[in-house]
Amino acid sequence: MTPLQLDLAAIGRKHAATAGTPAVVVPTRPDVEIVRVGEVVVKAHAPGMDAAALTPRVAASALLGGIMLTPLVTTVQCAGGRLATVWPAGVPVDPADPDAAPWEEAARLLAALHAVPLSRLPVLPPAGGPARVAQRVAVLADGAAEQVVRAAARALPPGAAADGAAHGDWHLGQLVRHGGGWLLIDVDDLGYGDQAWDLARPAAWFATGLLDPDVWLRFLGAYQEAGGPALAGLSDPWERLDGPARALTVQLAATALAKAREQGRPVDEVEEILIDACGRIAGRTSRSQDSITQ
Amino acid sequence: MQCPKCRGNMRTYERNGVHIEQCENCRGIFLDYGELETITRMESQYSQQHMAPPPAPGAPAWGAPRGGHRHGGHHQRSWVGMLFSS
Repeated sequence: MTPLQLDLAAIGRKHAATAGTPAVVVPTRPDVEIVRVGEVVVKAHAPGMDAAALTPRVAASALLGGIMLTPLVTTVQCAGGRLATVWPAGVPVDPADPDAAPWEEAARLLAALHAVPLSRLPVLPPAGGPARVAQRVAVLADGAAEQVVRAAARALPPGAAADGAAHGDWHLGQLVRHGGGWLLIDVDDLGYGDQAWDLARPAAWFATGLLDPDVWLRFLGAYQEAGGPALAGLSDPWERLDGPARALTVQLAATALAKAREQGRPVDEVEEILIDACGRIAGRTSRSQDSITQ
Repeated sequence: MQCPKCRGNMRTYERNGVHIEQCENCRGIFLDYGELETITRMESQYSQQHMAPPPAPGAPAWGAPRGGHRHGGHHQRSWVGMLFSS
């Protein structure tokens, strides 16, 4: 274990029910460290995470019982120069069986989160999301596929106004089963934002042809049936989803492309599909609606 | 009917519900009232059908073409990774 992981394990032991429980490093993305001690999980947030932004986010999650996982400690800890938070351990969605993922439950949780009035929560920073697209595109290398992704990024419509509480980075890794039901996790991007952004990843997966249309319709239908505010009163949900889904397609393509380059391999079929969609977003083919209806 | 330009004989044809008169001499074409609009409408329908497949219903214009969904990639690592990561 690294010194940071040992610090996280020490925090975990303070909150573990039984002494002597071994600490285990949980695999996660490279800028985050997670150590589990029995039923306690300690997370070191990414370097550069602002305590003034993280503190109200953790405090908000403590008020969102039944929607988000409740932290074991509502104050932000310090470990090896990093900010750390303490959570109960939950069971994630099984990556080996994405078809069995709780899409409807996820949609209902997002609808419930979006329905929470901001006045019930501490003053939150802007939700993550829109800033991430620019970050991912900015670090792209030079190449033909990169040019397509950049052109799509330049063609994106301006973002919509923030309309309420939003998770800010929703995907299937942001769900755990705990206390008999599914809950949202990861407060790092929780904030005041464009709620349609939380639906934009599955919308982009569907639009690009990666996600089974039936799964998309289950997710969308569950959100609408739950009265999800982001799509309330719309006869066509794409009025709100289109912009964020385009942006997420660009982000997914940029992320996938950077990964392929880093691994020194050609883009695979899934990455190709995303880059093709970027070409259409950039208007580089005859498939844009404008060329049909002119 | 005589051609208004060269006085040649004009023959009537019917093509997909549109009457056209064509001069057997100079090959000029005469359209009745409303027939140019009918042809324009048919042309735009043709180009919509043939130039670009519309996206799947309930999908954006920039999405994958109808029938182009390739969600068979369930087991592809990059797809599963994308489902579970930022």
